[in-house]
Amino acid sequence: MSQFAINVLFVGGSFAIYIGIAIWAKAGSTRDFYVAGGGVHPITNGMAIGADWMSAASFISMAGIIASAGYGASTFLMGWTGGYVLLALLLAPYLRKFGKFTVPEFIGDRFYSKPARMVAVVCLIVASLTYVIGQMAGAGVAFSRFLEVDATTGLIIAAIVVFFYSVLGGMKGITYTQVAQYIVLIVAYTIPAVFISLELTDNPIPPLGLFSDHSASGEPLLSKLNEVVTALGFNEYTAMVDNKLNMVLFTLSLMIGTAGLPHVIMRFFTVPKVADARWSAGWALVFIGLLYLTAPAVASMARLNLVTTIYPDMAAQVQNYEDAAANPIAYADRPDWIRTWEETGLITFDDKNNDGRIQLYNNAADFSDRGWQGNELEVSNDILVLANPEIANLPGWVVGLIAAGGLAAALSTAAGLLLAISSAISHDLIKGAINPKITEKGELRAARISMSVAIVVATYLGVNPPGFAAQVVALAFGIAAASLFPALMMGIFSKRINNKGAIAGMLSGLVFTLVYIFVYKGWFFIPDTNNLADVEANWVLGISPLSIGAVGAILNFVVAYLVSSFTEEPPQEIQDLVESVRYPKGAGVAIDH
Amino acid sequence: MADDKSKAAAYWKANLRLITGCLIVWALVSYGCAILLRPLLAGISVGGTDLGFWFAQQGSILVFIGLIFFYAWKMNRLDKKFGLGE
Repeated sequence: MSQFAINVLFVGGSFAIYIGIAIWAKAGSTRDFYVAGGGVHPITNGMAIGADWMSAASFISMAGIIASAGYGASTFLMGWTGGYVLLALLLAPYLRKFGKFTVPEFIGDRFYSKPARMVAVVCLIVASLTYVIGQMAGAGVAFSRFLEVDATTGLIIAAIVVFFYSVLGGMKGITYTQVAQYIVLIVAYTIPAVFISLELTDNPIPPLGLFSDHSASGEPLLSKLNEVVTALGFNEYTAMVDNKLNMVLFTLSLMIGTAGLPHVIMRFFTVPKVADARWSAGWALVFIGLLYLTAPAVASMARLNLVTTIYPDMAAQVQNYEDAAANPIAYADRPDWIRTWEETGLITFDDKNNDGRIQLYNNAADFSDRGWQGNELEVSNDILVLANPEIANLPGWVVGLIAAGGLAAALSTAAGLLLAISSAISHDLIKGAINPKITEKGELRAARISMSVAIVVATYLGVNPPGFAAQVVALAFGIAAASLFPALMMGIFSKRINNKGAIAGMLSGLVFTLVYIFVYKGWFFIPDTNNLADVEANWVLGISPLSIGAVGAILNFVVAYLVSSFTEEPPQEIQDLVESVRYPKGAGVAIDH
Repeated sequence: MADDKSKAAAYWKANLRLITGCLIVWALVSYGCAILLRPLLAGISVGGTDLGFWFAQQGSILVFIGLIFFYAWKMNRLDKKFGLGE
């Protein structure tokens, strides 16, 4: 069977499963549509959260980023997992006890204010919509590489599949497809990693392989990696970063951003009890951890594999790296996987010194004494995971599995985000503000229509990605961190924060964060409208625009506290509401009001 | 009623104490061992690198998982002890 046929079989097979689940899990009520009927088992929910959370960025890009930045990229590993501790301890059990359908609904009720609810709706839609563009783009990459269709056709196929199970099944359909998608994505991620770990370290468990000896040289894998990359002018893989303040703030922004993202929080509304919300956070992190513990192993091994593919003499124990570096492979002898990926433009070669060989090294280093006139091989971070099976010479079905896994990661996250958007529109905007008298049937129809519109908008933006596609992660996490997380946390842990304080806090956190990002990245991400170049020398106190969400969150807390202290206390019934979310007793199922 | 109130207050206080303890560990492994205190731990080597690197790429995630289950387990006991569970 040809590789193409295998890929079609795997991707088509997984899509057939998702559609089958959608037909089986059709939503009959708004409760089904928003919270999957409220009876999801915590382990099932943990798995669904895993797929909901792990996006194209986690599956496709993260290992590549770690491979190139080494220790410095640990931020993503800690930031995207540490947020679950905050969710489990500070938000999930209480929001589950509150027992409503959406995140803006809690903010609106707790701060007894429609404007507060609308601010939350806007934050939610901007954060989720920017995030969903990245998922659609990721799905496009996977389609064009593995199914030989152009990205637009691929995207439309993906959108139809998502449309089918999310519009039909709502949260119910999404929950069970996410469970299937989790299994597909984790198997796809792990199998090539196990083979590569065996090949490089003789240890079948990648996270253990990372700290084992490299079989070809007998040295510890990470020391070996440090030696080969420094021989090519790169920093040591495990080198400490200089700007520790920025690393701390970036990690903190990702953590509180993770905890504040509505599409994740919503999943906690689907379990029967408050205790289950706590357990499902733990299970979620177990399932997420399986990938996040494998990713750094994949990263370092793929980096070492790449370097020793170009410089075969570096693989064994090496006395003199000068000599090994002088003997790279000829371009004509490059392995097949480099040829395949050259076709996608994600690997490019330019023989700058015309010697017919590939020189791969840090372009900032000067190796003119070796006759090198610049780095000749550009490898996109995004291909490492997707190319892994080919790099390790694994059979064709593993390649097909990776294709299905990448799509599962992108589509499961896209569906969760689209549900968050559509429920904010139908439940918070239409039912909460425009037409409170809408019938349940009417609301369900409104939810389905807004879901359809959101899919069309997301697909359009995926086909025509705005120039800022690469920056959107900063925006989504910045907004969630600076606006939603503090409001939710204060709503639970303080009885004193009132409507004025909460609104002032959310707006100042949001505006401050957006302005700081825009100053460096361009106003509304329009190219060349930035006031300062986005380089470390220009950052205030060395804080990058990616890390500013944490500062925005602190500002939000301070402003909310000050404004509330100078204005009246919240009314008694609100203080009673806060009191009631703190105790699990009498939670019951998530209800409509 | 007054008894219920003081019981609820004690439950909340115990919960806050537990949260504070867990968050101290949370911050210590990630911001501490993995970043700020890494130079101090440089002497302890783990598989070709130092303990701080292990915390940054593996240890903190394992501790996070442990923390959530520990908290869930402790809270279940608190819920029962104060009769505030479901």
